[in-house]
Amino acid sequence: MVEGRGRVARLLRTWVPIGFFLVLALFPFYWMAVTSLKPNAELYNTRMMPLLVYHPTLKHYVDLLTETRFLAWTWNTMLVAVAATAISLVFGGMLAYPLARLRFPGAGLIAMGVAAVYLVPQPLLFIPLADLINRLQLGNTLSAVILTYPTMLVPFCAWLLMGYFKTVPQELEEAARIDGASHWQTMWRIFLPLCTPGFISAGIFAFTLAQNEFLYALIFLTKTSVRTVPIGVIAELIRGDVFYWGQLMAAALLGAIPVALIYSFFVEHYVAGLTAGSVKG
Amino acid sequence: MAILTLPTRPWLNRESLFSWLMLAPPLLFLAAFVGYPFCYGIALSLQHRPVAQPGVFVGLKNFVTDFQDPVFWRVASNTFVYTGIATLLKAVGGLGLAVAMNQRFRMKNLVRAVLLLPFIVPTVLSTVAWMWILDPAFSVFNWFLIRLGVPKPGPSWLGNPLLAMASIIVINTWRGLPFYGITLLAGLQTIPPELYEVATVDGASGFQRFRYVLLPLLQPILLIVTLFSVIFTFADFQLVYVLTHGGPQNATHLFATYAFDLAMGAGQLGLGASVALSMLPALALLIAALTRYMQRQ
Repeated sequence: MVEGRGRVARLLRTWVPIGFFLVLALFPFYWMAVTSLKPNAELYNTRMMPLLVYHPTLKHYVDLLTETRFLAWTWNTMLVAVAATAISLVFGGMLAYPLARLRFPGAGLIAMGVAAVYLVPQPLLFIPLADLINRLQLGNTLSAVILTYPTMLVPFCAWLLMGYFKTVPQELEEAARIDGASHWQTMWRIFLPLCTPGFISAGIFAFTLAQNEFLYALIFLTKTSVRTVPIGVIAELIRGDVFYWGQLMAAALLGAIPVALIYSFFVEHYVAGLTAGSVKG
Repeated sequence: MAILTLPTRPWLNRESLFSWLMLAPPLLFLAAFVGYPFCYGIALSLQHRPVAQPGVFVGLKNFVTDFQDPVFWRVASNTFVYTGIATLLKAVGGLGLAVAMNQRFRMKNLVRAVLLLPFIVPTVLSTVAWMWILDPAFSVFNWFLIRLGVPKPGPSWLGNPLLAMASIIVINTWRGLPFYGITLLAGLQTIPPELYEVATVDGASGFQRFRYVLLPLLQPILLIVTLFSVIFTFADFQLVYVLTHGGPQNATHLFATYAFDLAMGAGQLGLGASVALSMLPALALLIAALTRYMQRQ
């Protein structure tokens, strides 16, 4: 009996705080889902218990997909995120390899510069960048954001990959070099294949950051056809004082699902990337 | 092993040359899209530059205008209050989350993955959900508050200046908490359990173990995470832009949203750039501190 009670107490001690954090984290998503399924009559009826759906309907989803360009926005978001991530991994790797593995004068300074650039927040740059993008005549093209997202993603990927590259033992490369391989061959054939997990971590992190970006997309993409999901939702489902709440919630949920899904496949890599910057394991 | 015995090109083997060849493209890219805009932003802040018109150099006039503008000072104090309180809440909550997670229980990895969701999901989308949670007429909180006896229509979460500030702080905390928690958890897991055991054997209470074993060992990580969080909270844009647009009566305007309004709304690129650059002294200090700290590790 006593043992049984001890077990219950222990379970409570574990799950009460965890439960609290889970409810806190998930409530807004629950609220999105519930709202998106309510018919308008229920949505705007303050007499009904709001946490439940009495007459679920997919009307808001149908309206969202037929009356707005939501699918095009989703496609744009994916395209931009994938392209920006790819650029950032290539450039990030090009920065990280020499900085982490080779010795040359100026390396320390460059590494510090890369870290500093990573920490420069977008609001410091968006006004001059807007002017620059205008002058390059890239306004309202996806290239505008594919080119500007890597400004924050490249230093981030470089920093993360540097940390990863440093953990790979030097002996393998030395052996290859002694066998007569060039720097290029050593890097390309020996070193990089060993670092796939590092690239996945950096890639998945960069991908979620690119999906989340708002400020540059807001400034550079003002035409419906080129918008990304966050911008499309804000600009077209809120018209003046009119909020299309049902569609907004449907869009928020549908917009969140792809990111959450891709994240769920790579959680371990994501967490590794998240903690790599600050924790030395 | 044929590839390894290919004749080598000696010029590629000189380490420095190879390094710089490799670094050049990404560095040029960053110079063009970060370095140049940064310098151009400084130049803009010294110009009278209405949108679509050539700029006129005016020296520090924009900054003088800012410093005489009561809204600017409101924005500055908002930004510091927002950053300070949100960071404190995230640090305390994150520590709580990490300690709660640092136990043995079933489905731990699943719980961790779920807890990170607020941090993964694009901010704008979750902010829209919060906007509906705090809606003046249909807030789910108010539905319950009214049934608990609060007079109709209940608190105006985004219409009252104080409540609006509290709301954006809570939502920022909601989103940033998992980052704190999961990073600190990773830090906790590097602390050898023997240390706790020794402390327990020596008769330390739970609180004492937290205060004298855990906290000192977590301190370096706590510092880095806090600096990260402060930098990105200080320069936050999207949450406020979506939720309140800086209102009511500028009560939630931050540097970034105010700079945006001046530059993109009013078309005053020079003035907007000067407001954005006003963040620089504080940011530069933080960035320098964090960069140095990350290097030393």
